[in-house]
Amino acid sequence: MMKPIFALLLLLGVAGCSSSGNWGWYVIDPTTKSGWINIKFLVSGMGNTILISVIAAAISIIVGLIVALPGQSSKRGWRIVNRVYVEFIRSIPLLPMLFWVFYGLPIVFKSMGLDIPIDPFWGAVITLAVSDSAFTAEIYRSGIQSIAKGQKEAAQTIGLNYYQTMRYVILPQAIRRILPPLANQFIYIVKMSAFASVIGMQELTRRANELVVTEYRPLELYSLLIVEYLVLVLIISAGVRWLERRMGSDERH
Amino acid sequence: MTDAMIELVDVNKWFGDFHVLKNINMTVGAGEKVVICGPSGSGKSTVVRSINRLEEHQKGTIRFNGAELTNDPKSVASIQGEIGMVFQQFNLFPHLSVLENLTLGPIKARGLERSKAVERARHYLERVRIPDQADKLPSQLSGGQQQRVAIARSLCMEPKVLLFDEPTSALDPEMISEVLDVMVELAQDGMTMVVVTHEMGFARKVADKMVFMDQGEIVEQSDPQAFFANPQTERCRTFLSQILQH
Repeated sequence: MMKPIFALLLLLGVAGCSSSGNWGWYVIDPTTKSGWINIKFLVSGMGNTILISVIAAAISIIVGLIVALPGQSSKRGWRIVNRVYVEFIRSIPLLPMLFWVFYGLPIVFKSMGLDIPIDPFWGAVITLAVSDSAFTAEIYRSGIQSIAKGQKEAAQTIGLNYYQTMRYVILPQAIRRILPPLANQFIYIVKMSAFASVIGMQELTRRANELVVTEYRPLELYSLLIVEYLVLVLIISAGVRWLERRMGSDERH
Repeated sequence: MTDAMIELVDVNKWFGDFHVLKNINMTVGAGEKVVICGPSGSGKSTVVRSINRLEEHQKGTIRFNGAELTNDPKSVASIQGEIGMVFQQFNLFPHLSVLENLTLGPIKARGLERSKAVERARHYLERVRIPDQADKLPSQLSGGQQQRVAIARSLCMEPKVLLFDEPTSALDPEMISEVLDVMVELAQDGMTMVVVTHEMGFARKVADKMVFMDQGEIVEQSDPQAFFANPQTERCRTFLSQILQH
Protein backbone atom coordinates (compact mmCIF):
# COMPACT_ATOMS: atom_id res chain seq x y z
CA MET A 1 0.00 0.00 0.00
CA MET A 2 2.71 2.47 0.97
CA LYS A 3 5.12 1.49 -1.78
CA PRO A 4 3.22 2.95 -4.73
CA ILE A 5 2.71 6.19 -2.77
CA PHE A 6 6.42 6.50 -2.09
CA ALA A 7 7.11 5.71 -5.70
CA LEU A 8 4.69 8.39 -6.77
CA LEU A 9 6.21 10.94 -4.42
CA LEU A 10 9.67 10.06 -5.71
CA LEU A 11 8.47 10.40 -9.27
CA LEU A 12 6.98 13.81 -8.52
CA GLY A 13 10.16 14.90 -6.79
CA VAL A 14 12.31 13.89 -9.70
CA ALA A 15 9.96 15.45 -12.20
CA GLY A 16 10.00 18.65 -10.16
CA CYS A 17 13.64 19.22 -10.90
CA SER A 18 15.30 19.10 -14.26
CA SER A 19 17.75 16.30 -14.88
CA SER A 20 20.62 18.51 -13.74
CA GLY A 21 18.78 19.39 -10.53
CA ASN A 22 17.79 22.88 -11.72
CA TRP A 23 14.27 24.24 -11.89
CA GLY A 24 12.62 24.04 -15.26
CA TRP A 25 10.94 27.40 -15.43
CA TYR A 26 10.83 27.21 -19.22
CA VAL A 27 7.36 25.61 -18.92
CA ILE A 28 5.94 28.93 -17.86
CA ASP A 29 8.46 31.27 -19.45
CA PRO A 30 6.31 34.03 -20.98
CA THR A 31 9.09 34.96 -23.44
CA THR A 32 8.73 31.63 -25.24
CA LYS A 33 5.70 30.71 -27.27
CA SER A 34 5.00 27.43 -25.54
CA GLY A 35 5.59 28.98 -22.11
CA TRP A 36 3.11 31.77 -22.88
CA ILE A 37 0.51 29.29 -24.11
CA ASN A 38 0.95 27.32 -20.88
CA ILE A 39 0.50 30.43 -18.73
CA LYS A 40 -2.63 31.40 -20.60
CA PHE A 41 -3.98 27.88 -20.18
CA LEU A 42 -3.34 27.95 -16.41
CA VAL A 43 -4.63 31.44 -15.68
CA SER A 44 -7.76 30.92 -17.78
CA GLY A 45 -8.98 28.62 -15.00
CA MET A 46 -9.26 31.71 -12.80
CA GLY A 47 -12.65 32.65 -14.25
CA ASN A 48 -14.28 29.42 -13.15
CA THR A 49 -12.61 29.45 -9.73
CA ILE A 50 -13.97 32.96 -9.12
CA LEU A 51 -17.40 32.17 -10.55
CA ILE A 52 -17.84 28.99 -8.48
CA SER A 53 -16.66 30.74 -5.33
CA VAL A 54 -18.77 33.87 -5.74
CA ILE A 55 -21.99 31.99 -6.55
CA ALA A 56 -21.39 29.47 -3.74
CA ALA A 57 -20.66 32.26 -1.24
CA ALA A 58 -23.76 34.20 -2.31
CA ILE A 59 -25.96 31.13 -1.83
CA SER A 60 -24.26 30.33 1.45
CA ILE A 61 -24.88 33.83 2.82
CA ILE A 62 -28.59 33.55 2.04
CA VAL A 63 -29.03 29.92 3.15
CA GLY A 64 -26.92 30.59 6.26
CA LEU A 65 -29.28 33.39 7.31
CA ILE A 66 -32.35 31.25 6.65
CA VAL A 67 -30.82 28.51 8.79
CA ALA A 68 -29.66 30.91 11.53
CA LEU A 69 -33.02 32.62 12.16
CA PRO A 70 -34.93 29.58 13.50
CA GLY A 71 -31.97 29.08 15.83
CA GLN A 72 -32.98 32.33 17.57
CA SER A 73 -36.62 31.30 17.96
CA SER A 74 -38.26 30.96 21.33
CA LYS A 75 -39.89 27.77 20.03
CA ARG A 76 -37.89 24.62 20.70
CA GLY A 77 -38.93 22.93 17.45
CA TRP A 78 -37.39 25.68 15.34
CA ARG A 79 -34.17 25.62 17.32
CA ILE A 80 -33.92 21.87 16.76
CA VAL A 81 -34.31 22.33 12.99
CA ASN A 82 -31.40 24.77 13.15
CA ARG A 83 -29.19 22.49 15.27
CA VAL A 84 -29.82 19.39 13.16
CA TYR A 85 -28.93 21.21 9.95
CA VAL A 86 -25.79 22.80 11.35
CA GLU A 87 -24.47 19.69 13.11
CA PHE A 88 -25.25 17.38 10.18
CA ILE A 89 -23.90 19.53 7.37
CA ARG A 90 -20.74 20.65 9.09
CA SER A 91 -19.78 17.10 9.99
CA ILE A 92 -19.55 16.03 6.31
CA PRO A 93 -16.09 16.47 4.79
CA LEU A 94 -16.15 18.45 1.60
CA LEU A 95 -14.78 15.78 -0.74
CA PRO A 96 -17.28 13.03 0.17
CA MET A 97 -20.08 15.58 -0.06
CA LEU A 98 -18.83 16.58 -3.51
CA PHE A 99 -18.86 12.94 -4.65
CA TRP A 100 -22.31 12.42 -3.19
CA VAL A 101 -23.73 15.48 -4.92
CA PHE A 102 -22.04 14.85 -8.24
CA TYR A 103 -22.45 11.07 -8.52
CA GLY A 104 -25.26 10.35 -6.06
CA LEU A 105 -27.73 13.22 -6.31
CA PRO A 106 -28.60 12.60 -10.00
CA ILE A 107 -29.58 9.04 -9.03
CA VAL A 108 -31.80 10.41 -6.26
CA PHE A 109 -33.37 12.82 -8.77
CA LYS A 110 -33.88 10.01 -11.28
CA SER A 111 -35.60 7.80 -8.71
CA MET A 112 -37.96 10.71 -8.05
CA GLY A 113 -38.71 10.85 -11.76
CA LEU A 114 -36.78 14.08 -12.22
CA ASP A 115 -34.28 14.51 -14.99
CA ILE A 116 -31.91 17.04 -13.47
CA PRO A 117 -28.36 16.56 -14.65
CA ILE A 118 -25.63 17.87 -12.39
CA ASP A 119 -22.62 19.17 -14.25
CA PRO A 120 -19.27 19.72 -12.57
CA PHE A 121 -19.93 23.45 -12.25
CA TRP A 122 -23.22 23.19 -10.36
CA GLY A 123 -22.04 20.12 -8.48
CA ALA A 124 -19.18 22.19 -7.11
CA VAL A 125 -21.35 25.25 -6.44
CA ILE A 126 -24.04 23.29 -4.58
CA THR A 127 -21.53 21.37 -2.49
CA LEU A 128 -19.51 24.42 -1.51
CA ALA A 129 -22.63 26.48 -0.77
CA VAL A 130 -24.35 23.86 1.36
CA SER A 131 -21.20 22.87 3.20
CA ASP A 132 -20.34 26.49 3.93
CA SER A 133 -23.89 27.49 4.91
CA ALA A 134 -23.64 25.59 8.20
CA PHE A 135 -20.64 27.71 9.15
CA THR A 136 -22.24 30.90 7.87
CA ALA A 137 -25.31 30.13 10.00
CA GLU A 138 -23.11 29.88 13.08
CA ILE A 139 -21.46 33.18 12.21
CA TYR A 140 -24.86 34.85 11.88
CA ARG A 141 -25.85 33.36 15.23
CA SER A 142 -22.85 34.88 17.00
CA GLY A 143 -23.50 38.20 15.27
CA ILE A 144 -27.18 38.33 16.18
CA GLN A 145 -26.49 37.26 19.76
CA SER A 146 -23.87 39.99 20.12
CA ILE A 147 -26.52 42.69 19.64
CA ALA A 148 -27.79 43.90 23.01
CA LYS A 149 -31.30 42.78 23.99
CA GLY A 150 -32.31 46.42 24.41
CA GLN A 151 -32.12 46.94 20.65
CA LYS A 152 -34.84 44.37 20.04
CA GLU A 153 -36.92 45.81 22.88
CA ALA A 154 -36.58 49.35 21.57
CA ALA A 155 -37.63 48.17 18.11
CA GLN A 156 -40.69 46.48 19.64
CA THR A 157 -41.72 49.58 21.54
CA ILE A 158 -41.80 51.64 18.32
CA GLY A 159 -44.12 49.06 16.82
CA LEU A 160 -41.75 47.14 14.55
CA ASN A 161 -42.66 43.50 13.91
CA TYR A 162 -40.19 40.60 13.88
CA TYR A 163 -39.26 40.96 10.22
CA GLN A 164 -38.81 44.74 10.48
CA THR A 165 -36.79 44.42 13.68
CA MET A 166 -34.42 41.99 11.97
CA ARG A 167 -34.28 43.89 8.70
CA TYR A 168 -33.76 47.42 10.01
CA VAL A 169 -32.30 47.06 13.49
CA ILE A 170 -30.59 43.74 14.26
CA LEU A 171 -29.10 42.51 10.98
CA PRO A 172 -27.54 45.81 9.84
CA GLN A 173 -25.62 45.91 13.11
CA ALA A 174 -24.88 42.18 13.20
CA ILE A 175 -23.57 42.05 9.63
CA ARG A 176 -21.09 44.84 10.31
CA ARG A 177 -19.71 42.84 13.17
CA ILE A 178 -19.52 39.53 11.29
CA LEU A 179 -17.95 40.95 8.15
CA PRO A 180 -14.44 39.72 9.10
CA PRO A 181 -15.51 36.11 9.80
CA LEU A 182 -17.71 36.10 6.67
CA ALA A 183 -14.72 37.24 4.65
CA ASN A 184 -12.73 34.42 6.20
CA GLN A 185 -15.37 31.97 5.03
CA PHE A 186 -15.24 33.40 1.53
CA ILE A 187 -11.48 32.88 1.38
CA TYR A 188 -12.09 29.37 2.63
CA ILE A 189 -14.58 28.75 -0.20
CA VAL A 190 -12.10 30.01 -2.79
CA LYS A 191 -9.51 27.55 -1.55
CA MET A 192 -11.94 24.65 -1.21
CA SER A 193 -13.14 25.22 -4.78
CA ALA A 194 -9.92 23.43 -5.76
CA PHE A 195 -11.74 20.18 -4.93
CA ALA A 196 -13.97 20.81 -7.96
CA SER A 197 -10.98 19.69 -10.02
CA VAL A 198 -11.60 16.07 -9.07
CA ILE A 199 -15.01 16.03 -10.73
CA GLY A 200 -13.53 17.53 -13.87
CA MET A 201 -14.27 21.21 -13.37
CA GLN A 202 -11.89 23.30 -15.43
CA GLU A 203 -10.68 25.66 -12.76
CA LEU A 204 -7.23 26.68 -11.53
CA THR A 205 -6.22 23.40 -9.90
CA ARG A 206 -7.59 21.22 -12.72
CA ARG A 207 -5.65 23.24 -15.27
CA ALA A 208 -2.44 22.86 -13.32
CA ASN A 209 -3.03 19.12 -12.93
CA GLU A 210 -3.63 18.66 -16.64
CA LEU A 211 -0.49 20.54 -17.55
CA VAL A 212 1.55 18.59 -15.03
CA VAL A 213 0.50 15.38 -16.76
CA THR A 214 1.77 16.58 -20.12
CA GLU A 215 4.75 18.68 -19.04
CA TYR A 216 6.08 16.68 -16.04
CA ARG A 217 6.89 19.92 -14.22
CA PRO A 218 4.84 19.69 -10.97
CA LEU A 219 7.16 21.86 -8.88
CA GLU A 220 7.02 24.83 -11.22
CA LEU A 221 3.37 24.41 -12.15
CA TYR A 222 2.12 23.91 -8.60
CA SER A 223 4.27 26.80 -7.45
CA LEU A 224 2.53 29.00 -9.97
CA LEU A 225 -0.82 27.54 -8.87
CA ILE A 226 -0.11 28.56 -5.26
CA VAL A 227 0.81 32.05 -6.40
CA GLU A 228 -2.46 32.26 -8.34
CA TYR A 229 -4.48 31.48 -5.19
CA LEU A 230 -2.32 33.86 -3.18
CA VAL A 231 -3.05 36.72 -5.57
CA LEU A 232 -6.77 35.90 -5.54
CA VAL A 233 -6.95 35.85 -1.75
CA LEU A 234 -4.95 39.06 -1.40
CA ILE A 235 -7.37 40.80 -3.76
CA ILE A 236 -10.32 39.55 -1.69
CA SER A 237 -8.68 40.71 1.54
CA ALA A 238 -8.14 44.18 0.12
CA GLY A 239 -11.76 44.25 -1.06
CA VAL A 240 -13.05 43.26 2.37
CA ARG A 241 -10.96 45.93 4.10
CA TRP A 242 -12.39 48.49 1.71
CA LEU A 243 -15.91 47.25 2.47
CA GLU A 244 -15.31 47.40 6.22
CA ARG A 245 -14.09 50.98 5.96
CA ARG A 246 -17.09 51.91 3.85
CA MET A 247 -19.64 50.33 6.17
CA GLY A 248 -17.85 51.63 9.23
CA SER A 249 -18.42 50.23 12.68
CA ASP A 250 -21.05 51.08 15.29
CA GLU A 251 -18.48 53.11 17.12
CA ARG A 252 -17.44 55.31 14.21
CA HIS A 253 -17.10 58.99 15.06
CA MET B 1 -62.58 53.19 37.70
CA THR B 2 -63.98 53.38 34.21
CA ASP B 3 -61.68 55.96 32.65
CA ALA B 4 -58.49 54.11 33.58
CA MET B 5 -56.08 53.95 30.68
CA ILE B 6 -53.97 51.27 32.29
CA GLU B 7 -55.31 48.88 34.86
CA LEU B 8 -53.39 46.16 36.68
CA VAL B 9 -55.46 43.69 38.69
CA ASP B 10 -53.77 41.13 40.93
CA VAL B 11 -50.79 40.85 38.62
CA ASN B 12 -48.27 38.18 39.56
CA LYS B 13 -45.03 37.23 37.90
CA TRP B 14 -42.26 34.77 38.59
CA PHE B 15 -38.75 34.54 37.18
CA GLY B 16 -38.27 30.82 37.74
CA ASP B 17 -38.89 30.37 41.48
CA PHE B 18 -38.44 34.04 42.21
CA HIS B 19 -41.77 35.75 42.85
CA VAL B 20 -40.95 39.12 41.32
CA LEU B 21 -44.44 40.69 41.28
CA LYS B 22 -46.94 39.94 44.04
CA ASN B 23 -50.59 40.93 43.57
CA ILE B 24 -49.95 44.24 41.90
CA ASN B 25 -53.04 46.46 41.73
CA MET B 26 -52.68 49.83 40.11
CA THR B 27 -54.52 52.16 37.76
CA VAL B 28 -53.28 54.97 35.57
CA GLY B 29 -55.92 57.39 34.35
CA ALA B 30 -55.65 59.41 31.14
CA GLY B 31 -53.33 62.34 31.69
CA GLU B 32 -52.20 61.00 35.03
CA LYS B 33 -48.54 60.92 36.09
CA VAL B 34 -47.57 58.00 38.25
CA VAL B 35 -44.12 57.76 39.80
CA ILE B 36 -42.94 54.36 40.98
CA CYS B 37 -40.04 54.20 43.40
CA GLY B 38 -38.46 51.64 45.64
CA PRO B 39 -35.18 49.89 46.34
CA SER B 40 -33.44 48.03 43.52
CA GLY B 41 -34.85 44.58 42.90
CA SER B 42 -38.27 45.63 44.14
CA GLY B 43 -39.91 44.83 40.78
CA LYS B 44 -40.65 48.39 39.68
CA SER B 45 -38.98 47.98 36.27
CA THR B 46 -40.81 44.69 35.79
CA VAL B 47 -44.12 46.47 36.35
CA VAL B 48 -43.56 48.95 33.52
CA ARG B 49 -42.08 46.25 31.29
CA SER B 50 -45.20 44.15 31.85
CA ILE B 51 -47.42 47.02 30.81
CA ASN B 52 -45.95 47.05 27.29
CA ARG B 53 -45.41 43.29 27.07
CA LEU B 54 -41.63 43.27 27.20
CA GLU B 55 -42.34 40.87 30.07
CA GLU B 56 -45.20 38.41 30.37
CA HIS B 57 -47.06 38.15 33.63
CA GLN B 58 -48.37 34.75 34.71
CA LYS B 59 -51.39 35.66 36.80
CA GLY B 60 -53.81 38.55 36.95
CA THR B 61 -55.02 41.01 34.36
CA ILE B 62 -53.52 44.03 32.66
CA ARG B 63 -55.87 46.20 30.63
CA PHE B 64 -54.96 49.00 28.27
CA ASN B 65 -57.90 51.23 27.31
CA GLY B 66 -60.24 48.52 28.46
CA ALA B 67 -58.72 45.73 26.37
CA GLU B 68 -56.99 42.92 28.18
CA LEU B 69 -53.36 42.33 27.20
CA THR B 70 -52.65 38.77 26.22
CA ASN B 71 -49.63 37.10 24.70
CA ASP B 72 -51.40 36.80 21.39
CA PRO B 73 -49.01 38.47 18.93
CA LYS B 74 -51.84 40.63 17.59
CA SER B 75 -52.56 41.95 21.05
CA VAL B 76 -48.88 42.64 21.59
CA ALA B 77 -48.57 44.39 18.23
CA SER B 78 -51.63 46.53 18.86
CA ILE B 79 -50.23 48.10 22.01
CA GLN B 80 -46.62 48.52 21.00
CA GLY B 81 -46.28 51.94 19.51
CA GLU B 82 -49.36 53.03 21.49
CA ILE B 83 -47.35 52.67 24.68
CA GLY B 84 -44.03 54.47 24.38
CA MET B 85 -41.01 53.43 26.39
CA VAL B 86 -37.87 55.24 27.46
CA PHE B 87 -35.10 52.95 28.69
CA GLN B 88 -32.35 53.45 31.23
CA GLN B 89 -29.74 52.62 28.58
CA PHE B 90 -31.45 54.76 25.87
CA ASN B 91 -31.31 51.84 23.38
CA LEU B 92 -30.91 54.11 20.40
CA PHE B 93 -30.07 52.36 17.12
CA PRO B 94 -26.32 53.06 16.82
CA HIS B 95 -26.12 52.44 13.07
CA LEU B 96 -28.80 55.01 12.24
CA SER B 97 -28.65 58.80 12.41
CA VAL B 98 -30.75 60.63 14.98
CA LEU B 99 -33.30 61.47 12.30
CA GLU B 100 -33.45 57.85 11.09
CA ASN B 101 -33.91 56.67 14.67
CA LEU B 102 -36.95 58.92 14.88
CA THR B 103 -38.50 58.15 11.51
CA LEU B 104 -38.05 54.35 11.49
CA GLY B 105 -41.13 53.54 13.56
CA PRO B 106 -43.51 56.02 11.92
CA ILE B 107 -42.45 54.98 8.39
CA LYS B 108 -42.19 51.21 8.84
CA ALA B 109 -44.72 50.46 11.56
CA ARG B 110 -47.26 53.19 10.79
CA GLY B 111 -46.77 53.55 7.06
CA LEU B 112 -46.30 57.30 7.31
CA GLU B 113 -44.85 59.09 4.28
CA ARG B 114 -41.17 59.87 4.63
CA SER B 115 -41.61 63.63 4.31
CA LYS B 116 -44.31 63.63 6.98
CA ALA B 117 -42.20 61.44 9.26
CA VAL B 118 -39.21 63.75 8.86
CA GLU B 119 -41.39 66.76 9.60
CA ARG B 120 -42.72 65.06 12.71
CA ALA B 121 -39.20 64.03 13.79
CA ARG B 122 -37.92 67.59 13.45
CA HIS B 123 -40.86 68.85 15.45
CA TYR B 124 -40.09 66.53 18.37
CA LEU B 125 -36.34 67.16 18.17
CA GLU B 126 -37.22 70.82 18.58
CA ARG B 127 -39.33 69.91 21.54
CA VAL B 128 -36.52 68.02 23.30
CA ARG B 129 -34.23 70.96 22.38
CA ILE B 130 -31.78 69.29 20.04
CA PRO B 131 -33.00 70.39 16.60
CA ASP B 132 -29.51 70.69 15.12
CA GLN B 133 -28.29 67.15 15.89
CA ALA B 134 -30.58 65.39 13.41
CA ASP B 135 -27.87 64.08 11.12
CA LYS B 136 -25.47 62.91 13.79
CA LEU B 137 -25.05 59.35 14.98
CA PRO B 138 -26.12 58.58 18.56
CA SER B 139 -22.49 57.92 19.53
CA GLN B 140 -21.66 61.54 18.70
CA LEU B 141 -24.07 62.84 21.34
CA SER B 142 -23.76 63.16 25.09
CA GLY B 143 -25.74 60.83 27.34
CA GLY B 144 -28.30 63.52 28.12
CA GLN B 145 -28.76 64.28 24.45
CA GLN B 146 -29.10 60.57 23.64
CA GLN B 147 -31.82 60.15 26.24
CA ARG B 148 -33.66 63.16 24.84
CA VAL B 149 -33.42 61.61 21.37
CA ALA B 150 -34.88 58.43 22.86
CA ILE B 151 -37.78 60.43 24.29
CA ALA B 152 -38.31 62.11 20.91
CA ARG B 153 -38.22 58.68 19.23
CA SER B 154 -41.05 57.52 21.49
CA LEU B 155 -43.01 60.73 20.92
CA CYS B 156 -42.78 60.29 17.14
CA MET B 157 -45.10 57.29 17.51
CA GLU B 158 -47.57 59.68 19.17
CA PRO B 159 -48.21 57.21 21.99
CA LYS B 160 -51.12 57.40 24.39
CA VAL B 161 -48.84 56.84 27.35
CA LEU B 162 -45.11 57.04 27.95
CA LEU B 163 -43.30 54.64 30.26
CA PHE B 164 -39.93 55.63 31.70
CA ASP B 165 -37.67 52.96 33.16
CA GLU B 166 -35.11 54.83 35.30
CA PRO B 167 -34.46 57.36 32.53
CA THR B 168 -31.73 59.27 34.36
CA SER B 169 -29.92 56.45 36.18
CA ALA B 170 -27.29 55.96 33.48
CA LEU B 171 -26.56 59.66 33.13
CA ASP B 172 -23.74 61.78 34.49
CA PRO B 173 -25.11 64.07 37.20
CA GLU B 174 -24.78 67.26 35.16
CA MET B 175 -27.01 65.79 32.43
CA ILE B 176 -29.86 64.65 34.61
CA SER B 177 -31.63 67.99 34.75
CA GLU B 178 -31.75 68.49 30.97
CA VAL B 179 -33.65 65.19 30.68
CA LEU B 180 -35.89 65.91 33.66
CA ASP B 181 -36.73 69.36 32.25
CA VAL B 182 -38.00 67.72 29.07
CA MET B 183 -40.01 65.23 31.11
CA VAL B 184 -41.57 68.01 33.23
CA GLU B 185 -42.61 69.80 30.05
CA LEU B 186 -44.19 66.63 28.71
CA ALA B 187 -46.07 66.23 31.96
CA GLN B 188 -47.29 69.81 31.80
CA ASP B 189 -48.54 69.19 28.25
CA GLY B 190 -50.82 66.51 29.60
CA MET B 191 -48.97 63.33 28.59
CA THR B 192 -49.92 60.22 30.54
CA MET B 193 -46.74 59.00 32.19
CA VAL B 194 -45.56 56.11 34.33
CA VAL B 195 -42.08 56.87 35.60
CA VAL B 196 -39.74 54.59 37.51
CA THR B 197 -37.23 56.92 39.11
CA HIS B 198 -35.34 57.90 42.22
CA GLU B 199 -35.58 61.59 41.32
CA MET B 200 -37.87 62.72 44.13
CA GLY B 201 -37.64 66.39 43.12
CA PHE B 202 -39.18 65.44 39.80
CA ALA B 203 -41.78 63.31 41.58
CA ARG B 204 -42.83 66.19 43.85
CA LYS B 205 -43.13 68.48 40.85
CA VAL B 206 -45.23 66.32 38.50
CA ALA B 207 -46.59 63.21 40.20
CA ASP B 208 -50.33 62.76 40.68
CA LYS B 209 -49.70 59.49 42.41
CA MET B 210 -46.73 57.91 44.16
CA VAL B 211 -46.25 54.17 44.22
CA PHE B 212 -43.70 52.66 46.59
CA MET B 213 -42.63 49.09 45.89
CA ASP B 214 -40.51 46.69 47.92
CA GLN B 215 -39.83 43.00 47.36
CA GLY B 216 -42.34 42.68 44.54
CA GLU B 217 -45.21 44.34 46.39
CA ILE B 218 -46.83 47.71 46.25
CA VAL B 219 -46.33 48.82 49.82
CA GLU B 220 -47.78 52.30 49.53
CA GLN B 221 -49.82 54.13 46.97
CA SER B 222 -50.87 57.70 47.65
CA ASP B 223 -50.83 61.27 46.47
CA PRO B 224 -47.41 62.95 46.65
CA GLN B 225 -48.18 65.37 49.53
CA ALA B 226 -49.25 62.56 51.81
CA PHE B 227 -46.52 60.30 50.52
CA PHE B 228 -43.63 62.63 51.29
CA ALA B 229 -45.10 64.29 54.40
CA ASN B 230 -46.45 61.23 56.06
CA PRO B 231 -45.34 57.83 54.79
CA GLN B 232 -47.50 55.10 56.28
CA THR B 233 -45.00 52.28 56.57
CA GLU B 234 -41.62 51.83 58.14
CA ARG B 235 -40.17 50.43 54.90
CA CYS B 236 -41.22 53.53 52.98
CA ARG B 237 -39.91 55.88 55.67
CA THR B 238 -36.55 54.12 55.64
CA PHE B 239 -36.35 54.25 51.87
CA LEU B 240 -37.22 57.94 51.69
CA SER B 241 -34.77 58.87 54.41
CA GLN B 242 -32.04 56.98 52.56
CA ILE B 243 -32.54 58.67 49.22
CA LEU B 244 -33.41 62.11 50.54
CA GLN B 245 -30.64 62.51 53.06
CA HIS B 246 -28.17 64.02 50.61
